[in-house]
Amino acid sequence: MTDTAVHAEIDKEVKDNEVLLFMKGTPVFPQCGFSAATVQILSYLGVKFKSVNVLENMDIRQGIKEYSDWPTIPQLYVKGEFVGGCDIIREMAENGELQQLMRDNEIAMGEQA
Amino acid sequence: MAMDMGEIEAMIREAIPDAEVSITDLRGDGDHYAAHVVSAAFEGKSRVQQHQMVYKALRGRMGDQLHALALQTNTP
Repeated sequence: MTDTAVHAEIDKEVKDNEVLLFMKGTPVFPQCGFSAATVQILSYLGVKFKSVNVLENMDIRQGIKEYSDWPTIPQLYVKGEFVGGCDIIREMAENGELQQLMRDNEIAMGEQA
Repeated sequence: MAMDMGEIEAMIREAIPDAEVSITDLRGDGDHYAAHVVSAAFEGKSRVQQHQMVYKALRGRMGDQLHALALQTNTP
């Protein structure tokens, strides 16, 4: 695939899914500690999200880093906006910013959040 | 391939001269670090932009030679 085609595909995914996580592995079988930690935070908040396993697609794995200008996986997108990687998500969840972001975007959360 | 703590610190300082950088080797394996970077240059920038500045300072090493760098950025 060309870079433009990859970016278009990523762009479509990002815009079609309210909460989208690019990760290594799947939510049930994460293949990297940082991806696992991010899934855990989203699950704790009770947020429904779609995930893309970058290990299954080398074009996406490389393309997403260029798309977001961000060198690492995982990457979380909410309503088409890049929110951050594992460190930022963790920090935001700890101080309540992530919960606020979900509320501002009218994303449903579970009871415990 | 791993990176030396001093090298990481030097690269960040080169790009963000006023940065106060403290680095911890999380596992003692020279491959999993945590960095806390404080700089006035972060003022007015989002957290994503602040982290991008640090990643740029590392010129492509992040996610390549450097597997894990837990990053925290703050303004003074």
